[in-house]
Amino acid sequence: MRAWRWFGRGRLPRSEGPWAWLAAGSVALSLLMLGGLLLLIAGRGLGHFWPAAVVQVEMEDGRVVAGRAVRELPLERGKGRERLYFTGNRDLDGQVWHWLPVDDIAAIERPAELVVLERRRHGEFIGRLIAVGDREAVRDAAPQQAAWTRLQARLAALDQLRAERERLRREGLRPLIRQLDADPDDSGARRALAEANARIYDLQQAMRGEVALLESADGRRLHQPLDEVLRAWRPNAMSPAHKLAAWGGGVWRFLAEGPRDGNSAGGVWPAIFGTVLMVLLMSLLVTPFGVLAAVYLNEVAHQGRWTNLVRIAVRNLAGVPSIVYGVFGLGVFVYGIGGSLDEWFFSDTLPSPTFGTGGLLWASLTLALLTLPVVIVATEEGLARIPVEQREGALALGATRFETLSRVVLPMAVPAMLTGVILAVARAAGEVAPLLLVGVAKLAPQVPVDGEFPFLHLERKFMHLGYHIYDTAFHGSDVQAAMPLVFATALLLVLVVLVLNLTAIFLRHHFRARHGVQPRP
Amino acid sequence: MTLPSRPLPSSGSIIDFPAEASCFQIEGLGLAYGGKRALRGISLRVPRHRVTAFIGPSGCGKSTLLRALNRLHDLNEEASHEGRILLEGEDIHAPEVAVDELRRRVGMVFQVPNPFPMSIYENVAFGLRLQGGLTRRRMDDIVEWALNAAALWDEVKDRLRASAWSLSGGQQQRLVIARSLAVRPEVLLLDEPASALDPISTLKIEELIRSLKSQLTLVLVTHNMQQAARVSDYTAFLQDGELVEYAPTDTLFTNPSLRRTENYITGRMA
Ligand SMILES: Nc1ncnc2c1ncn2[C@@H]1O[C@H](COP(=O)(O)OP(=O)(O)OP(=O)(O)O)[C@@H](O)[C@H]1O
Ligand SMILES: [Mg+2]
Repeated sequence: MRAWRWFGRGRLPRSEGPWAWLAAGSVALSLLMLGGLLLLIAGRGLGHFWPAAVVQVEMEDGRVVAGRAVRELPLERGKGRERLYFTGNRDLDGQVWHWLPVDDIAAIERPAELVVLERRRHGEFIGRLIAVGDREAVRDAAPQQAAWTRLQARLAALDQLRAERERLRREGLRPLIRQLDADPDDSGARRALAEANARIYDLQQAMRGEVALLESADGRRLHQPLDEVLRAWRPNAMSPAHKLAAWGGGVWRFLAEGPRDGNSAGGVWPAIFGTVLMVLLMSLLVTPFGVLAAVYLNEVAHQGRWTNLVRIAVRNLAGVPSIVYGVFGLGVFVYGIGGSLDEWFFSDTLPSPTFGTGGLLWASLTLALLTLPVVIVATEEGLARIPVEQREGALALGATRFETLSRVVLPMAVPAMLTGVILAVARAAGEVAPLLLVGVAKLAPQVPVDGEFPFLHLERKFMHLGYHIYDTAFHGSDVQAAMPLVFATALLLVLVVLVLNLTAIFLRHHFRARHGVQPRP
Repeated sequence: MTLPSRPLPSSGSIIDFPAEASCFQIEGLGLAYGGKRALRGISLRVPRHRVTAFIGPSGCGKSTLLRALNRLHDLNEEASHEGRILLEGEDIHAPEVAVDELRRRVGMVFQVPNPFPMSIYENVAFGLRLQGGLTRRRMDDIVEWALNAAALWDEVKDRLRASAWSLSGGQQQRLVIARSLAVRPEVLLLDEPASALDPISTLKIEELIRSLKSQLTLVLVTHNMQQAARVSDYTAFLQDGELVEYAPTDTLFTNPSLRRTENYITGRMA
């Protein structure tokens, strides 16, 4: 009875009960599924960055393994269960996973001194740190704690060296190279360039040389060059606050850094950037065209059979599968227009194409085309809803048709246009298939915006969250290990779409609220 | 848009009031929407600086006639007309007449208040901005004058920047009148301006109409016989797209010359 009140506010007559329950039930089910989906994605994605405890597992047969438990499955014919451990150390074992029969486990410990190293190559290392020092001189006599402190200090120092090297490249090298491009005989610049190169070389030398002496749980040793170590932590020795900070750092790096290891590790910043930029460009392209088309159809064109035919055609375009737009974009934009542009303006770089290959501009244009019907339909409906009295009111004051349109009708239709843009953004941000043909890249180290003229590089390929998900999930060397990243990226894609939509909704609200009350009927 | 010219329909003797200078002179006006005739052989003179009312049963063509006076039918591709309408002696359909200029001279107020979604000030300034070339001060002055002329100034002078949609229905209708007055029209057409309003607002609008006739010519369409009797100087009775009787209001209501008119004003309609 309470639930009944709550759903129906007690206003529904009793006979409508079953229908109300059915409707409320299906709403609840949809919400539940949606919530469940988001929870799953969020849990699997965000959990990845938590510095989970690592355990050392001793087997009955004497084997020792260190790693994180991932999941458990029953063995065939009731022979107990089997547990999957992520053990890292691809360079030592040739694999990063171990299935261990649960019944054969003799002991599980959580030694505080177990370290996890995130490395530029070979993925994570899990094991013990013996010592840190020069490759030739490193001995295993160093006490554990001292070695750990030393490692931390060295890693921090390396970070600084890297930053310094980046700064040198950016501020020292690039301007000089540009100067030399303009005037190859500038001997002063040539000398300065040589000096800068020498300093960078020195820096790189300073970063090399030191190694960490590591030992896996079963006693095999290895020399790990420190400049390949990105981060190190001892999850079993960390306080919860410490872990939280590490988790925050992990999430931040995921958002702010570029991908590594063939997209199986690292962050997704270029993909976020590419997605948002592409969607914004798409909105900029689709809005004026869509609005103009709607204005033409609704305000200018003679309302006859032809206009209706065009209208029906436009509405049906919204149902064309997106890959077809991709094919169209490839044929018309990339090969057709792009090819011609290359011949006319970039013939010096041919046969390597500039615009004659997929890129940001063509992808945005293709998606703009894809979403055009949505914007046209929404705008047209908005225009049609504007009362004829408003138009006649303006005309009766001596406004021309154009003035009526631009000063009264269009401003009133802005919320409808924004509704169209919202729908377009929602559709475009999640669209991947057409992008495969017109410009998305597995890896685009340079984002399409930088400090170099003309700052926005429309011809460049770009990364996209949707494609990144697909690529990480199916094209990595270790799909299992990449799964958490897939979930994290999926969560991010949902969030990006949400933020883009909220922006447009906020704008629409702003335009609506400006005039407070709606006109009386 | 114009039908091929035919001989004027028979009813075409122009009903005349010799004492009055005419503002509009309508000669044999017919109008059809597609194949459907809405007006037939209307000939009448609208006297300058007077209130002329059009009355008649629903669908008889009052609005159609009124809208013909500032060529609002131009937008309707279906509508076609015959006959002539002269404003101060000039044919309003003559090729050299700019329709936007005509509509500035002949303002119109509709049944449903239609303020634009802008501030009160901007609504009144709308027509002025279309013409351009006004200083800020001059614009302020005209807006104030127009709001005063529409008896709205005192109610809105402290909230000129507020949205026009926040006004009451009656206030909105007076705002729309102020908006029309601001461009200094010679004629103001009012199509049932008070039918959506409460009695008090209606009275205010009626007062306003009476006070405005010293400055311009008013043409009023109304369903309300008392209203026509209260505010108008001349009344035209239309039926089935034809002008049945046109006379000074007193005469038409007290002493109609035709049985059809009498039946209508006494409420004995078939
Ligand atoms: N846009 C239009 N298209 C087709 N026919 C129309 C159009 N507007 C009006 N009509 C027809 O023209 C005739 C006259 O209509 P009009 O609106 O002038 O009547 P009215 O006297 O103003 O009626 P009411 O008192 O109900 O407002 C009616 O039969 C109506 O159906
Ligand atoms: Mg009417």
